Amino acid sequence: MSYLRNSAAVWVPTVIALATLLVVWEVAVWGFGIESWLLAPPSAVFGELYDSPGLLVGHAGTTLTEIILGFAISISIGVVLATGIVWSRVIERSVFPIIIASQTIPIFALAPLLIIWIGTDIMSKVVVVVLFTFFPVVISLVTGLRSVDSEMVDMLRTLGATPYQTFSKLMVPTALPNFFAGMKVAAVVSVIGAVIGEWVGASAGLGWLMKVTPQYQTARIFAAIVVLSVLAMGLFAAVVLWEKWALRKYPATANQVTGLGEP
Amino acid sequence: MGSISGWTGAVVGQRSGISGVPDQPSASQDPLLAVSGVGFQYESIDVLEDIDLAVDRGEFVALVGPSGCGKSTLLNLISGVLAPSAGHIEVAGVNGLVSRLGHVSYMQQKDLLLPWRTVSENGRLGLELRGVGATESEAEVAHLAESFGLADVLGSMPWQLSGGMRQRVALLRALLPDNAVLLLDEPFGALDAITRSGLQQWLLNVLDRAEKAVLLVTHDVEEAILLGDRVLVMAPDPGRIVAEVEINLDSVATNGPRITTARDFVETKRQILELLSNGAVSP
Repeated sequence: MSYLRNSAAVWVPTVIALATLLVVWEVAVWGFGIESWLLAPPSAVFGELYDSPGLLVGHAGTTLTEIILGFAISISIGVVLATGIVWSRVIERSVFPIIIASQTIPIFALAPLLIIWIGTDIMSKVVVVVLFTFFPVVISLVTGLRSVDSEMVDMLRTLGATPYQTFSKLMVPTALPNFFAGMKVAAVVSVIGAVIGEWVGASAGLGWLMKVTPQYQTARIFAAIVVLSVLAMGLFAAVVLWEKWALRKYPATANQVTGLGEP
Repeated sequence: MGSISGWTGAVVGQRSGISGVPDQPSASQDPLLAVSGVGFQYESIDVLEDIDLAVDRGEFVALVGPSGCGKSTLLNLISGVLAPSAGHIEVAGVNGLVSRLGHVSYMQQKDLLLPWRTVSENGRLGLELRGVGATESEAEVAHLAESFGLADVLGSMPWQLSGGMRQRVALLRALLPDNAVLLLDEPFGALDAITRSGLQQWLLNVLDRAEKAVLLVTHDVEEAILLGDRVLVMAPDPGRIVAEVEINLDSVATNGPRITTARDFVETKRQILELLSNGAVSP
């Protein structure tokens, strides 16, 4: 498990940044005497988390199920579409405009229709998640598959590679870093997709909870947002771990430049 | 050993416009590689024109010419990566109707190793593509690795190796499918002079030369003389072969690097450089 690094240097900046944000927020709310229904202080939000963990965790479970299903479907659709687009110009020219058009649909406007078409059960939310997440997966995968070095392709051909072998042994491994970049974007926006789906028609989930919570219970709404953020960060971290495992044999420095400004 | 007596460098034929000597294909009846009348156009520009050459079994032919004269294009045509606009290419054992891809070993200046594969996994790529199982192909890599000086790094990743080692992995990968024809495109061109010199000597020892026809492309005249049994001289615009120089040297390997300063060697080098500069002037 050498690809898992865990040292103080990794976590300390994150913790300090978050703690600073929370302290400034808390002090500002008290210092300026802001009403808590207008802006709940972190202490009230954490109080809400502490008082009703079962409620939040239960709804988070519903939302997470929608996200994971939607994300899995997005990856499957994304892989099929990207492969088709790279494999054939005809597929590219016929499918790409539709993919782009699908992203211009204001999903808030479409969601009520989805509820009518599909019903209020989990699938309508899953479909919204898919609409939000398949696009970054497709685009990043197409970019990755196309970033292959033509000299490498010729080298494989001289070794007698079939088009399928060139795809599986060269193009797919070449595409992985881009693919994971797209999946990181998808992991975060998947949370937004699920909340929008629940907002429009659901009987459970954090989005539904926020909608049915009275507007003045700001602390509970914020608590739901905190849980959603934690979900998003968890999903992101899961993709990062998956990426580190999948790219464990890749040269460590080839794909990333970080800390340019550090001595 | 160490004697260079009996070594001669002689121009055996000059072609098209350099002198009055007529074309004289010097290969025998059944060469492993035969290129005849091959031309190649790219966007209606003649890159190569009327290329004739033949390489016999056991023969090492060096093709020398300035940058941009179409040397690499010629190897791409022979390997089957590109299709000629004129003429034809025959490789022994390959039916003219099927592609030569996969039947001609081709090593390039860039090592083109897959960065996510170990040395062993890179080395066995050609066998893997033919459907040879991992265990068997890895055994074949391990068998060759000793003489390639790679036995200790079979599990290493390419980025952990020096440039010279990476080139040896690339050669191993090209050689393992055991094709009769081997093409080398500036195989050591990206390396420093000391590493290059060492690898040139090593290459002559490691190749199973008796069974192969080797065609080396280089812009390094010394490399061409050191490695080649014959040197073909190319000229640009359009790329064509203008002269052929026979090199008679019993054992370069045992003579070592000192050979490059011997009088006959220098004389041959002067000859070839002259042919190159004559060829550079368009007819």
